[in-house]
This record gives sequence, structure tokens and C-alpha cells, in this order.
Amino acid sequence: MALKERVERLTQTKAWYGELPVESLYTAGIAGERFFRTLKDNGEFSGTKCKCCGIVYVPGRIFCERCFAPLEEWLTVASYGTLESWTVVYVGLDGSRLAEPIIVGLIRLDGASTVLVHRLGEVTPDTLSIGMKFTAVLKPKTKREGAITDILYFKPV
Amino acid sequence: MGRRVAIVGVGMTKFVRRAQETGQELAYHAAKMALDSCGLHLGQVDGVVLGSAPDSFDGVHMKGEYLSPGAGAWGKPYMRCFVGGATGVFSVINGWYYVASGLFDTCLVVCEEKMSSFQPHAQAAFLTIFDHTTERPLKPNLLWIFALEMNRYMSTYGLRKEDIALVAVKNKNNALDHPCAQIADKVTVEEILKSEVLAWPVQRLDVSPVSDGATAVVLANETVARRVTDKPVWIEGVGWALDTAYWTNRDLCYPRYVEEAARMAYKMAGVTDPRHQIHVAEPYDPFDYKELHHMEGLLLCGKGEAPQLTVDGVTRRDGELPVCPSGGLLGVGNPISAAGLMKVAELFWQLRGEAGKRQIARKAKRGIAQAWGDLMQVGAVVVVGI
Amino acid sequence: MNKEKKIEFPGTGLSDADFKEGRVLTTRWKVDARYTWDAGVAIGRYLEGIKKGVILGVRCYKCGRTMVPPRIFCEWCFRNIDEWVELKDTGTVNTFSLCYVTWDVKRIKEPQIPAVIEIDGASPGMGIMHLLGEVDPQKVHIGMRVKAVWRPAGEREGAITDILYWKPLEK
Repeated sequence: MALKERVERLTQTKAWYGELPVESLYTAGIAGERFFRTLKDNGEFSGTKCKCCGIVYVPGRIFCERCFAPLEEWLTVASYGTLESWTVVYVGLDGSRLAEPIIVGLIRLDGASTVLVHRLGEVTPDTLSIGMKFTAVLKPKTKREGAITDILYFKPV
Repeated sequence: MGRRVAIVGVGMTKFVRRAQETGQELAYHAAKMALDSCGLHLGQVDGVVLGSAPDSFDGVHMKGEYLSPGAGAWGKPYMRCFVGGATGVFSVINGWYYVASGLFDTCLVVCEEKMSSFQPHAQAAFLTIFDHTTERPLKPNLLWIFALEMNRYMSTYGLRKEDIALVAVKNKNNALDHPCAQIADKVTVEEILKSEVLAWPVQRLDVSPVSDGATAVVLANETVARRVTDKPVWIEGVGWALDTAYWTNRDLCYPRYVEEAARMAYKMAGVTDPRHQIHVAEPYDPFDYKELHHMEGLLLCGKGEAPQLTVDGVTRRDGELPVCPSGGLLGVGNPISAAGLMKVAELFWQLRGEAGKRQIARKAKRGIAQAWGDLMQVGAVVVVGI
Repeated sequence: MNKEKKIEFPGTGLSDADFKEGRVLTTRWKVDARYTWDAGVAIGRYLEGIKKGVILGVRCYKCGRTMVPPRIFCEWCFRNIDEWVELKDTGTVNTFSLCYVTWDVKRIKEPQIPAVIEIDGASPGMGIMHLLGEVDPQKVHIGMRVKAVWRPAGEREGAITDILYWKPLEK
């Protein structure tokens, strides 16, 4: 496992060990606040549409990155969509073998121009194909906290 | 020296301790405002320069890539530059280069910082700017190097803290008239001298805050500039230089790298007598003594003389050489790169007579903005004029 | 004369309470960033010297400087250094601070005294950053002569902290 290898034979005088003590607290932002509140409270996926470019961004944004128009028109898109790509992940962040592989997919929700990356569940890799329909499985409403993890995974329709 | 380059539009967000907006959203607001201010749309931008300080503040690695949509970089040539605190002014130099060279006709320059993301305090991020083997084990903090530099500066020239504190009084007071200001205040020298000692001689009110915010400027060549505005602010000279990263090997009493950067910019601008040919200055002021240190490096006065100019009121908005009429980092706030670029924005407004309540009393045709960074060794200077 | 355009500047400031009371959605993340930094050729040798209680410097014959911390090249002349030399463990305070705040912004009662110390035997102005100790903070001054206080030989680990601090040289 190349990822796990650490340089072990250094003497104390030749190396210095340390950490970068970085911890971050991110705000969801103006658009993110609305997207995640809607997900938390209504279990719905909301986006913004650019009238100039016709793109529907999900999650919604306050601006169109292509034409820089401010986006104020919010709409709700479906909580199901099409699998655009997928992969099966066998190793964790530190390079160690996962007990259970994770399936990750790109889902284009019906009504959205953009894709979401999330986990796929209730499905095995050998049955996956691009173009399949998937739908979101959310945490129960009382457990939702307004985060991307309020979506547990997407499962085949 | 290449083609003429003008600043034709500026935009900025409020500087706040914690913004609800994401970094992308802050960048967008500033960039959009800058484009709107000169009637250009994104399609008319040839390239984008982004300035942003260490990734660890926002907590986003490859911050340039993350911020790109908000900076207006979709589908465009896009360059991120970073020289620590000097980034804000250095980003303008980067943008200037692309337009002066003829590569682009227009260039959008965007600077963003969201320091509030760092927990519990952005100060800790600075630990890792010190050498990991010979300095970090001593658990240094950023205040050390400022305090060490300030002490050396004061001792070399026999300066008094109460004279230096006047810079904080002036800048925080100037910022009362800045609609984006974070810590504008009417403070007195006495309050500053009584404020908490952080790292002597640095006290709480000698220091600028940590901030969130974004600033953007639009650069254009002469043809575009004349079309979109009747008051282009020309970039007359640019300069940058750095000293050795072995910061304990040089005398901290004088920023030689700032002088070198200034000389480069003055030469390009045809400025031979900066004390008379520079009418307004926005030197970098993360700490009150830094404004003075940098005025000296910019050759706006002799070594050790800047405090006296402040005492004499020369650097007030109604003085002969207004310095930091914006309110500076000490008053408006210090979202690192965005704060440096705010200084350029201030010169834009001042030279065009659009600074409102902050408008300086004297007639000004030429100004200088300067920012400083890395481990006390980078100077970036831009001379602008009308 | 002053045409201040009436612009609404964007930006939404939040208070501590907005976070504490959950009025805005947030995500918290701690980066697991552990490193093994190589000391490198020059600093590796510097630390070996320190483990033995010796401060090493390097000399460039072209500019004549004796430098510390040591490096394998002279950054002025941009050539290899010519010689390693033993410096003294005494020096002069170039500048100092009395610091009441730790690196992570915790307040402390007794100040730490970081200083740049010019090392005897190196060229003038050649200093390292370290701490002062065994001294009344109010008596520290620029130009003060100091001497390294070493960790006992058996306890040294080849780190800059093998020098505990620098104390005033007795007259």
C-alpha cells in the first residue's frame, strides 16, 4: 500500500514531526443556507435558474458563473435523477482497505443542469450502469441538520 | 514600458468579522460590483487574476480553484497569485502585466479572504509560516515577529509609543467614513496605551482585526478605458521586491525591500521626488507602526521621521500628504489580500474625487499603494495617477 | 464636488450568537495534517551540533559572511558555502518582545521573551530566533549580552529546544 507507507527510519536529528493545527468552521453561505434549509425542513432539492443561460444550478447559487447574472429565481427539482457516472472505492483516506467498499455516483436530478456527487446504496456494483434512475434516501426529518449528510444515499428507482 | 493600463472599475464587500457569505459569494459580490461600476459584462473580460492568502484561512485547499466561479473565471485564462500580505497589491501588478504586455485588453482582479473559517482563531494558522525545524518548536506566534520588528524600529530611531499610536487614532477615525469598515472607532492615544499588552511593544489597539471580505478592480488598456470611462486611473508604475527569508539575518528597523519595490515603481512612473510627486498614500498598516515603517521605505520621508509627520498632522486627510485616508487595515479591516486591494480601490476613488466624506482636502493627481507580506520580506507597490 | 455614488456594499456580518444559537447552518472540519519534515542537509548538521552543545555556522568566502542558521548555499552569491565553523554559545540581543499571548491566542501571566540573538562568531546582524530566560522582563534590553542555557547532555534530542533559553551573561 503505497499510500500508507511512512518514512520510518529517520533519526530524530534528521526530521521533525508535527501537525498543522487546522480546524475550520464553514458557513453554508447565502445560497447554501436556503438549499440546506429546504432540504432539512421540506426534504426537497432547490436550485436557481439563470434566465440568460438557462442553466439550473442545484444546489442553488446566488450568481451564474457563466454570465455573472444574480440569480434570484428559486425552484424545486425532483429528488430523483439519472446516474451520470460511478465508481467503487476500496481504500480510505489514509490508504487502508475499507471493510465494505463505497459506491459513489454522479446524479443529475430531473430538472437540474448540474450533477450532485453522493453515495449510492441498496445496489451492488455489478448491476450499475450509467443512465440508471436513482432517488434520494433522506434521514428522518427529526434527524436532519441541514447538511449534505441529510441525504443518506441514492438508491435505484 | 508596455501598453498603458488603467483601473476603470472597483467593487468591494463590507469587511466583517464573520460573513455569512461563502468565499465564492464574497468574491462574486466584489467582482460583479467592479464590472457594473464600469458597465462591462463578464463576456468582455479577457482574463482573471485572483489574489488570496494561505489556503488554511478559508480552510479550502486549492482556494484559487474553489473561488474561480465567483471571481468570474469560468472558461477564461485564470491565474492565482500569492505573496502573503502583499497579495492584494501584487495581484494588481499581475493584472497590469497581462494588459501591459498586450496579451489581454481587459483583466479582472479579484481578492478574497475568509479568515473566520479558521478555528478557534486565525492567529494559529500563522504558526506554520515559521521554519518547521528551527523555529516552530519554540511555539512562536505571529505577534512575535511584529513585536520584534517594532521594538527594533523604535529602539533604532528612539521613537515613542504615543507617537506611533497616533496612526491607529487617525486610521480608525478615518474609517468612520468608510461604509465597509469593520472596526472604525474614535479612540485616543491614551486608550491605545492602556489597551491589553499582547506582545510588548504591541498592544491590542495597535493591531488590525481578522476579517472576511473581498475587493475587485477592473483593468483595461487605453482603448477600452477611454470607451468605458472618462476618468481612467492609470497605473503609472509597479514594483516588487523581497529580502531574504532568513529574517533573523537582517536588520528589521528598515524595510529595504519596500524601498527597492518603490524605486522600481517610481522609475517606471517617472517619479524622481516622491515627497512632492506623491499626493496621497495607502501604505500597508496591519499594525500602527507598519504604516510609518512603510512610509519610510516608500521614501515619503527619511528614516525614523514618519512618526513626526504623523504628530504634525501631515498625514491626516486634510494634511499635505494624506496617508491611509480609507481608514486602512486598522480601521476598515484586514481580510489580507482584499485589504491590500482595498487600498488600490481607495486611490481610485480619491483620485477621481469620488471618496465622499473620505475625500482628502488637497488636490491629488498621483497616489501610491503598498502592501507587505510573507515573513516580513515582500514589498509590492503600485503608483497610480490621473 | 464629492460625488459619492450611493452604493450599497454587500456582505452579511454574523455575530457569535448567530453561531451559538444555530441561526446559520455551518459545517465543522478538522484537517488531519501530520507531517514528517526533513531537517535537510544543513539544518540536519546544525541539529547534530546542537545535540553536542555546539552552534554551527557556515562561511561564504565570496561575500565573507559567516551565517547562522547554516545553509548549504549563500543566497547572496548563489554558490555553495565554503566552510563549516563552530560559533560561540553567547550572543547579543538584537531585538526582543514580552509576549503575553500563546501561539493559539491564550493569555499568559508571565511573558515569554522571544528575541533575535546575534550569535558570537557569526557576522554582525546574523541572528537566530529564540527565547530569553532567568531575567527580569523589565530589565531586558537591546544590546544585552546573553549565553545559551543547554539541556543536560544526556537529555538532548537534536532539536532547537536543546537550548532551553538564553540568560544574561554575568558581568
